[in-house]
Parts: sequence; C-alpha cells; structure tokens
Amino acid sequence: MNSAVLVACVSAGCLVLGVATAWLLARTRLPLPGLWWVLASLPLAVPSYLVAFAVVTTWPGTSGLLPLTVVLVLACAPYVTLPTAAALRLADTGLEDVARTLGRGPVRTFLTVTLPQALPAALAGTLLAALYTLSDFGAVALLRYQAFTWAVRAAFEGTYDRIGAAVLALVLAVLTLSLVAAERAARRRWVRGRATLATRTVPPVSLGRAAPVAAVGLAVVATASLAFPVAVLLGRIVRAGGVDVDWARLGRAAAATLGLSAGAAVLAVVLALPVGTLAARYRGRLVGAIESVAYLGHGLPGIVVGLSLVSFSLAAVPGLYQTAPVLVFAYAVLFLPKAVGATRAAVERVPVGVEEVSRTLGRSAPRTWLTVTARQAWPGIAAGGLLVMVTAMKELPATVMLRPIGVDTLSTELWQRTAAGSYGAAAPAALLLVVLACVPAFLLARPR
Amino acid sequence: MRPRIGLAIAAFGLAALTACSSPAQQPSTAAPAGERTLTVYSGRDEELVGPLLERFEQESGIRVEARYGSTNEMAAQLQEEGEQTPAQVFLSQDAGALGVLANAGRFAPLPPDVTGAVPADYTSRDGSWVGLTGRARVVAYDSRTVTAEQAPGDIRTLVEPQWRGRVAIAPTNASFQAHVTALRVTEGEDAARAWLEGLRANDVQIHQSNGAILEAVNSGAAGIGLINHYYWTRAEGDPTAQRAQLKFGDPGSVSALVNVTGAGILGGAAGSAEALELVRYLVSPVAQTYFAEETTEYPLVAGAPQPTGAPALDQLGGPELNLSDLASLEQTVALIQSVGLI
Repeated sequence: MNSAVLVACVSAGCLVLGVATAWLLARTRLPLPGLWWVLASLPLAVPSYLVAFAVVTTWPGTSGLLPLTVVLVLACAPYVTLPTAAALRLADTGLEDVARTLGRGPVRTFLTVTLPQALPAALAGTLLAALYTLSDFGAVALLRYQAFTWAVRAAFEGTYDRIGAAVLALVLAVLTLSLVAAERAARRRWVRGRATLATRTVPPVSLGRAAPVAAVGLAVVATASLAFPVAVLLGRIVRAGGVDVDWARLGRAAAATLGLSAGAAVLAVVLALPVGTLAARYRGRLVGAIESVAYLGHGLPGIVVGLSLVSFSLAAVPGLYQTAPVLVFAYAVLFLPKAVGATRAAVERVPVGVEEVSRTLGRSAPRTWLTVTARQAWPGIAAGGLLVMVTAMKELPATVMLRPIGVDTLSTELWQRTAAGSYGAAAPAALLLVVLACVPAFLLARPR
Repeated sequence: MRPRIGLAIAAFGLAALTACSSPAQQPSTAAPAGERTLTVYSGRDEELVGPLLERFEQESGIRVEARYGSTNEMAAQLQEEGEQTPAQVFLSQDAGALGVLANAGRFAPLPPDVTGAVPADYTSRDGSWVGLTGRARVVAYDSRTVTAEQAPGDIRTLVEPQWRGRVAIAPTNASFQAHVTALRVTEGEDAARAWLEGLRANDVQIHQSNGAILEAVNSGAAGIGLINHYYWTRAEGDPTAQRAQLKFGDPGSVSALVNVTGAGILGGAAGSAEALELVRYLVSPVAQTYFAEETTEYPLVAGAPQPTGAPALDQLGGPELNLSDLASLEQTVALIQSVGLI
C-alpha cells in the first residue's frame, strides 16, 4: 500500500516535471540551449541514495513520503524529460499549424494536438520511473519510508525463509505487470501517434519576459539534483579531515565498472532489438506478453534477481558462476525495459510504408530492417543502451552477489565504506561514480 | 551486407563480454600450479578484516580470495548455493547467522584446539563454528539533549513516554535481531513481544543500519540509538569529540549483551588444510591483538590486550546466555514482522 502511494506520487511528479522541462528544452528559445539539455540529463548519473543521503545529512531527521517523493522525482525525471523532448522536437508541427488556423488557442493546441504526439515517449519514461521507484531500496531506507521492498529485503535477509520472501517478491512482480498494463492501456486510450519521417526542426517559441523565470526554474532543479549531493560529499571529505585515496584501487574499480556496464548495455540492446521491434510493429496478445515480461526484472529488487540468478547460474552454467558474463547477463535482465522502451519508441517512428517500399524494390526483410529501419531508429536504440549503461553503473545488490571474486566496482566500493560508517572515505568513490556516469548521461543529452 | 553487419554486432558483443570477463578469470589462470589458495566469504567489512587477511597471506604463503557482503546476504547466498558453494571459510558478523548455517548442516566440525581457545559462552556448543571477537550492544545518546545519567542502562525502559519518537533502531540488522533473540531467550516470548510493541507504540525511528543510527544521533535527529560499541570507537576523527556518546548496559542484564563475530569452515572444505590454517590464525595472539588494536573489538582468547576507550569485557557482565542460543533467528524475525516493525 505504501509502495502504491509512493509510485503514484513519483510518477505524477515525474510526468509533470519531465514534460514541462521537455517543452522548455525542445520548443522554447532559452539562453545557452545546449547547457540545459546536459543539465536536464545529468541527474541520471547521481544515484538516488546519494541525493537521499545529502538530504538526511543537511536536514537531520527528514523522513517520510514527501521528501522521498521529491528525491525520487528529481532522480527519475530525466527518464521522462529526454524521450519527451526528443519526441517534441520531431513532432509533426503541420498538425499544430492546422489547429491554430482553425481557431484553437495555443494552450488547447498544445494539449489536444502536440501533447498526444509526445505522450508515448512520456508514458514510457514514466513507466521506467515508476518501476525504479517500486524496486528502489537505498533512498527508501535512508528516508525511512516503509515501502514494500523493505519487507522483501528483510524477509530475504533475516529469515532465510526463501519461500515467504519469494511470495512477497511475487506480489511485486504482479504490481510491475499491472503498471506495464496501465501504461499500455493509457497509450491506447489517449495516444493517436503517427509515424513520420520528420526532418523539419520545429522553430522555438520565444518566451519573452518569462525566459529568465524558466531558466531559473531549470537551474534550481539542476542544483537540487546535482550540485547539492556533490557539495555534501565534498563537505564530508572536509569534515573527515581529508581522506587517503587509494588511486590504484579506485582506478581498478572504475575500469571494472565501465567494462561491466558497457557489456551490459551491448547485451541489453541485442536482447531488446527483437522485443522492441515486435512491440512496435505488431499488437498481438503474445507480443504484449513478451514485452511485459521483459519489464519484470526492473520492478523486482536487485536482491531478488541476484539470488535467483545465483541458483539459476549454478544450475545452468556452474562453470561461469561469479564471472563477469553472468553479472553482465544479470544487468541486462534487470535493465532490459530501458532498452526495450527506447527501441520500441524509435522503431515506431519509422513509417511502415518506407519499409514496404524497400521490400517492393527487392530488398530482403532482414536487409530492409538493417538498412532502412535500423538506420532511422539507431539514435533511439543507442540511447536505450546508454540508459542501461548509466543504470548498471549504479547497481548494487546483484553486483555484490554475482561479481567475480576480488573484483570491486565503484558502487561496491562506495557501499563498503558507508557500511563501515566512514562517509568521508566513501566520498571519492561516490564522486568518481557520478563523474563516470556523467559520460553516458552527457551523450544521451546531445540533441539529435 | 547483412551478414557483415550481423557478424560485426556479434563480434562487438562477444568482445565486450570477453573483455570484461578477463579480470574474472585472472585469479584462477594466474595461479601457478602448486600455489595454495583459499576462498573466503566475509560478512565483515573489508576495511575491518582485509588488512588481517593480507597479513595472513604474507605469513602463510596462501593466497586468499575474499568476497565481501553483508552477513545476512552472504548467509542467504550460502544457503542458495548449497553444496556448490565456492566458499571454504565464512566470516560472520554475528552469532545468529552462524547458528542458522550450523543448524542447516553447512559447516564441517572444527578441531577442539580451535574451539577450546575461546570461552564456552562465546562459541558454538557443537564445535561447528568458533567465536573470534566480542562486540557490546550499547546505547548511543545525543550528549546535547541527554545526560549520561539520563541515558538508559536498561533498554527495556525505552518504551517509556519520555523517549517518545526519540529512539532509533535497525530492525533488519543482524545485531539488533540477535539482541531481540537474547531478550526472547532470557525474558521469554511475551516480554520480548511487549517490548517491541511498546517501541512501536512509542514512535520508534526505523533505520537500515547501525551506521545510519549513529549518524542520526550525531546529527541530533535521534536522542537514543541502539548500536554496537565499535561503530562509535571507530568513528572518523576523535570518537570522544562526537555529539553521540555511549552508555553500556547494566551489568548482568540483557542490555549488556555481548555478541560475537565468528568463523566456520564450509562442509565442502572439510579437511582443507588452508581453511583450517586460516581459522587457527584467527584465534592466534597475532590476529586477536589486531582485532583489539585495529577494530577496537573485544578479543576472546585469554591474554590478548583489551581495546582502549571501552570497559573491559569481564566488567560488562553480559547476561547468562550461550551464543549458540541465538540461532532461533527465524522466530525473532517472525516476531518483529508480526509486531509490524519490518
């Protein structure tokens, strides 16, 4: 019940903040446009538990639904902002012009014509935010909100009664599937999306005197989700009287983090291509089921997926247990939805007619897919891969269980220091993690 | 065109996979024939035991491959792995997890010279695991709002109205659960339930770990927190300069519980000379001195020095309890769940 309320609040918040930010980014004339794109996407690089940690450190005793919602909205809004902004840039403005010519006001035109075109992207992003919220543990624990993951984790850790814990996890699985179903229903009901080969860039609207206000608003969001946690971490280093940094060790951890998350991104994209393409092109029950199942891993807490992969890999490939391929596979399972959603949205935008032309002119189906569909859709597909990479970098519970023995990633490094209560010593690993994760986040922000 | 691109994608994927699997295989492939190795699962933090394991490697010539995690997660993982576990030795942060694994028949028996090195109260009854160090359960109090006299030496008084909303606990943490188990064993199920219900009715603050509790007391968010003593003594900077100060429980009562860390040899490693050598090393004077000086825990082997900044182990006066009795962890967790604290 607590989880449901939280998911509802965070989803609503992400949708509003994300669509508003996306509109400002894509449709208005702001000073330094590139900067705002980057700032809107960089929060992806900051793990939600770091934002929560910064809040708890700065305002001791903060807890409960409201601050947790704020933290998670700040952390998850880019999931909505980025795809929505991309969709708004590409949306067919001809329709808007028609609506205006026929006498509809600008606001009504936006609501009835523009928004429906961007909604599939916005809803897909909101679904990711909702699933993230459902499975999040770090921020939830720090802000002491008793969500469902807490109970699942306690059951797995405390009792070793894995049947009871599995039942609890099953409830989460059902919740996940119903969220996926809700998103699909919403898409079907409100969205009249049409595929277009959009090539025209939309001319930005001038905000006039409202521009500084909008810029300040964006700056406040960026400060809260980026500068604030980084500043708190630096403060902890100072408070601990400086820390000795083992650079060689930190470097090894950074290299492992990069290698593992890049592998996860590639694998997730490879797995997502067939699912995403099917979901974009065919609307059958079977396809719907396949797509929904791909989302399952994302709604389950990492410890659940981690433990199930422990027993799965021991049974199926005992020789590979606790090696990098199994961990990469785990990441791919956990974060597959991000790649699936991005692939589906990207492929949906390629008109079927173009494919048909290519087939008529004698190209085989696979070749058409590669030379026509994939060529048009690849920026979106690559964005899905980057999204997987940035999330895999921050993953903890499955990493702890499945990483090769003796290998540390930045997130396990960070966790080991904070577990021992040395927040100052944990700060360098945390900062490096944020900096590294900024690279894929920055690439995501590049306007396409 | 098509096969080429397909091939390129496959090659890229494979390259990415093998690129990151190479560090994984390094340990096994790099090991020259005849080198002695040992795989350890540690539920204790690397910062605490890593240096000691390195010392052991230098002195014994055995290479230790250690995997770190939280005690409860590692115990769950060991259960999941069953007979196929690569682990040979398990280092645990608390007696409860060791007891659960021992009851599940996961451990190989230890020789009497190892188990006999430690007083009987602080180790297993059947020789399945051995206690290594003691850690006292303590009350951390915010010295700006609570005086040393006001700080309770009896945790049972935390249900009183003056502590309403000011007490911090970590109900999912193994040490807190062990404390509740001790309460159940010494005072009975009803008293333990009444205490937990009292805490809940008293708006107790729920945190995820001892570290988070200490942080809350140090920042004034909580007035009282239940933690283990060494979190405080090991704080960054001078512990006595912290806002949080410690009160040790009234001697002889369950409030003065001393829990232990311990080690066991997994069943699959029965007869492994390397595993036994490590466990012997951990109860040797060298390792016991390390624990007292570096991690400020209580050594359990007679003759080792005492940690500074904490009262002596024999003055703490823990309750009449054998730590093997803390194995009934499942009932404790069920109790905490039914009260609604997790």
